Amino acid sequence: MCIVLGMSVGHALLGLLEGGPRHGYDLKRSYDERFGQDRPLAYGQVYSTLARLLRNGLVEVESEPGAGPERKKYAITDAGVSDVAGWLAQPEKPEPYLQSTLYTKVVLALLTGHDAADVLDAQRAEHLRLMRELTRRRDGGDLADQLICDHALFHLEADLRWLEVTAARIQQLAAQVRA
Amino acid sequence: MTRWAADLALGMRLSVGGGRSGWARLTMIAVGVGLGVTMLVVAASIPAVLEARADRAADRSVESQQPLSLSSPTLLTTEIRSVFHDQAVNGRMLQPEGDGAPLPPGVSRQPAPGEVIVSPALDRLLASDDGAALQGRWGDRVVGTIGEEGLAGPGELTFYLGTDRLTAGTANRIQSFGGAETYEEGVDVVLMLLALVGMVVLLLPVAIFVSTAVRFGSENRDRRLAALRLVGADVGMTRRIAAGETLAGTLLGLAVGAVLYVVAGQVAGYVVPGNMSFYPGDFRPLPTLAVLVVVLVPVTTVLVTLSALRQVLVEPLGVVRRGSERRRRFWWRPVFPVLGVALLHPLVTGLDDSLGNQVMIVAGLVFLLVGVALILPWLVEAAVRRLHGGGVAWDLAVRRLQLDSETAVRAVSGIAVSVAGLIALQGLVGAIGALSAESQADTSRFQASVLDIYPGAEADEVWVRELSQAEGVEAVGTLTSVWVWPDPGAEGGAGAGDGPASGGEILVESGTCEVLAQEAQLGACADGDTFVVAPDGTAVPAAGSSYVLADGSGEGTGDGTGDGTLWTLPASAETVAPPKGGVAAMGGAPARILVTPAALGGIKLEPESVTAYAALDPAVPDALEHLRTAAGEVDPRAYASPIAQSTAALGDIRQVLLVGTVALLVMIGASMLVNVIEQLRERRQLLAVLVAFGTRRRTLSGSVLFQVAIPVVLGLALAVLTGSGLALALQTAVEAPLTFDWAGVGATSGAAALVVLLTTAAGLPLLWHLTRPGNLRNE
Amino acid sequence: MAPEPLLTAENLHLSFGTATALDSASVEVHAGEVLALMGPSGSGKSTLLHCLAGILHPDQGRVTYAGRDLTAMHDDERSALRRSEFGFVFQFGQLVPELTCLENVALPLRLGGASRRAAQRSAAAWLERLEVSDVAHKRPGQASGGQEQRVAVARALVTRPRVVFADEPTGALDTLNGERVMQLFVAAARETAAAVVLVTHEPRVAAYSDHEAVVRDGRVRTREYAR
Repeated sequence: MCIVLGMSVGHALLGLLEGGPRHGYDLKRSYDERFGQDRPLAYGQVYSTLARLLRNGLVEVESEPGAGPERKKYAITDAGVSDVAGWLAQPEKPEPYLQSTLYTKVVLALLTGHDAADVLDAQRAEHLRLMRELTRRRDGGDLADQLICDHALFHLEADLRWLEVTAARIQQLAAQVRA
Repeated sequence: MTRWAADLALGMRLSVGGGRSGWARLTMIAVGVGLGVTMLVVAASIPAVLEARADRAADRSVESQQPLSLSSPTLLTTEIRSVFHDQAVNGRMLQPEGDGAPLPPGVSRQPAPGEVIVSPALDRLLASDDGAALQGRWGDRVVGTIGEEGLAGPGELTFYLGTDRLTAGTANRIQSFGGAETYEEGVDVVLMLLALVGMVVLLLPVAIFVSTAVRFGSENRDRRLAALRLVGADVGMTRRIAAGETLAGTLLGLAVGAVLYVVAGQVAGYVVPGNMSFYPGDFRPLPTLAVLVVVLVPVTTVLVTLSALRQVLVEPLGVVRRGSERRRRFWWRPVFPVLGVALLHPLVTGLDDSLGNQVMIVAGLVFLLVGVALILPWLVEAAVRRLHGGGVAWDLAVRRLQLDSETAVRAVSGIAVSVAGLIALQGLVGAIGALSAESQADTSRFQASVLDIYPGAEADEVWVRELSQAEGVEAVGTLTSVWVWPDPGAEGGAGAGDGPASGGEILVESGTCEVLAQEAQLGACADGDTFVVAPDGTAVPAAGSSYVLADGSGEGTGDGTGDGTLWTLPASAETVAPPKGGVAAMGGAPARILVTPAALGGIKLEPESVTAYAALDPAVPDALEHLRTAAGEVDPRAYASPIAQSTAALGDIRQVLLVGTVALLVMIGASMLVNVIEQLRERRQLLAVLVAFGTRRRTLSGSVLFQVAIPVVLGLALAVLTGSGLALALQTAVEAPLTFDWAGVGATSGAAALVVLLTTAAGLPLLWHLTRPGNLRNE
Repeated sequence: MAPEPLLTAENLHLSFGTATALDSASVEVHAGEVLALMGPSGSGKSTLLHCLAGILHPDQGRVTYAGRDLTAMHDDERSALRRSEFGFVFQFGQLVPELTCLENVALPLRLGGASRRAAQRSAAAWLERLEVSDVAHKRPGQASGGQEQRVAVARALVTRPRVVFADEPTGALDTLNGERVMQLFVAAARETAAAVVLVTHEPRVAAYSDHEAVVRDGRVRTREYAR
């Protein structure tokens, strides 16, 4: 399974483009450095994603004359910038194995000058909202409900703990990301 | 063995590395042990002090039966006893009979007649405003001071007065000072008893204070030990480490004690009453006792630590207190006091000075006092278990005591034992005081008397004249006393077998009715009357007996009938009782004849002694002292004293005892304070929580107060009971009247109450500090 | 429209020596709500709780309870307020070890002047409500950790306070015991309409709250939440 799922790759590339126009090759390298530790992005995926973004008007191409696809430079559009902001502000639906998405969000928030702590707080609120519901359901339910809810609660709690740790380390992370 | 040493050393190192609380503990132990050591070594120094004082006193003593050699020059000397306020001022008159006459120690030259050499303390007194009434008592030519070697102590009031009025008949002739035999009679059983009770009473609180100090901060220590257990120390090691930790504090305490002792030595000699003062150089402990203290104190502290550790299980994960639920058994506790009382029975049934008897008494006392210490914990526990009701503060205190009365009791046992002992002593002293105070002498007319046993010619007139001029003296009356012999010519002699000294001589005393009223319970009296004073059980001289009176022209007074004048006891002589409460009233004194001047029919008595009675103006503050000085100016040897029986000496003893009680109570207070502080520190979090949910500080302070007060009240009650019982027994033993010493008990209880309040008050700043809101933070 | 909050802190500043514990912290507690104060250790959440409860006095800023300015009150007034209007639950070590559990619960009532009998009657009822009647006559040391905390909860609620301050109430307990304590606590608090200010770093405990406020570096990061 890919670390960064579906839409996230697009948002990640958009976020990276906020720093300035880049070639597809550069984008792949930056992405791999930041998010693709054990699963580098394939070229094909980079270009197909960029093609989709181009189609949606979130990026535009600054063509250099006489160049092949490798020589194309991509730049983020205004629509792209607001898309990234919207994505960051939108908490993820709490679900297992969310960390990677959240991590990407935090890093990109730092890169794009958004408040990473806000991202985490938003997410915490969302998590807690779900946890409250699960707690209510568990405390009112039968044993099976209790076990199922507990399972979910413990996973959500693990997420939140990770959020707390991340929040505590955010300064450190910011220094690294911006380096 | 090296393992042991290593563990001890580790303990010592931990003791100085325990952070702030570790240092607090170390300081506490050091101070506690230091104070204890100081007290013990001071006690061990008392014999040396007494000996040094006695040695110097012996060096200047006068041996009256000195064999004289013809070659050496001689000195006439006689003792002068005087009093200033309540302090004895004893000196000597010196009259060298040639060059090179012996000099008393500390004096570099013979004072010429009228010159006086004084001790530095007397010099200071004379120079002070306070000593104004003393000036001129022995002339005003102070020509020097007495050196240290001539004084028992720096505060002693003494002097040497040069004179030329002494004769061999009225003074001792000596060729050297010193050598007077100090009487070596067996020590008085009663005194020894007092001393022993005193020792037990004094040293017990010291022991208790030291053991309290050693336990200070032990909870923290236990937690440290638990941490050591976690990394693999076994039980034996933790004990040795704890012992080493205590030992570090104790050794530091020995050093503290040494410093305090040196300070005490410099100061003590000047602080004690003048006539008990001593030089710093005298203050040195008996070596054996000192060594004993230095060895036994550390050993004891270590033993205390180990025994305290036996009450807890130090486990790797924490400390478990053992046996806090255990109830105290009562049955064996009364064994000690009962045994003590049984051993003390000779006090009531009769005391002799056999060794067995003394051992019994001492053992009895120790058993009884130990019994008090043993019954107290049970008493406190039993009493506290029955306590209920009351406010929140009371509840908190009572519950705390119910759960753990041990620490409080440990401190209070000291009170109980010491106060019991002190009350016993006070009761005894009070009874002895009552014994002498019974002599309610009549002071309505005259308040002071001057006794001159070397009356010169016209002595009575001289006294009247000179004393009347003294400041504050309103009137003077004299009593002249003379021994008379039955007329050998008369048939059968007068009242054969009168006095114990027999030969039939009898004392005739002459004075005005006013003066005679001092000597007997007179009814009506007019000039010309004659009275016979006959204590119960003495034979009364028959009326009409005739006696030889020495005539005014006679020279010597004691030795013969010479050209005596005959005098007949008139038939009108009334037999009267001796004055109430006087020595004579107790029986044993011979009969006396009192005559008014007219009854003598103009016969001039050659008096053996003259007593001048003086009426003092109560408005003149130092009238008595002025009288004494006036008397000293006439003849330094005359002894002036107030007529009211002075129990000043006993008063002093009572005061000393009271001061002792208070000092002990303060020590107990200090022990309790240590406990309170320790306990407050332990529960700082709980206190913060209590404050958080709105507990008033008043409630918390009240609980501290009750926690201190309940055990103290119980301990004191037991002490008063035991002490009073013991006092009654001691009073029986010395055949003093049985009295209950309300004043002593009252004063002791008052002092105890004060100590409770002060202890609580001293704990409050910490309580305030700990209940400051910030303390909830240390989660 | 949201009603007036019961308890508010406005721009609290507080430092201990050189360490800043609160730096412009503001928070609102509404009547009957359960508010979780979350945040990492040392973030100042306990300090904020102590300020809200009138235990600590902030260097700057204002704490208002039911329209009364806590920061302007005398210590005695605040103590009285804590006795009558507030309740407290701490992590551990809050019960008086010498008193039985029943007496511990009765203590706040007695501090408020109630008679022993009346106080113990309500205390017994609360112990039953929190299912710890069996330890009523035992001392805290003889009860389990979970029982002790329930006794502490009973003690906090016995005066029917309007706000209960709970500082890591389950911090010393395992999951199951902690959850049981929280269930009983929150249920009881809701029943008596007491607001709860709950300091915790455990999300599952915070999940018992209605809202949360995150404290970080002495500041409260509030979010608009739908009421």
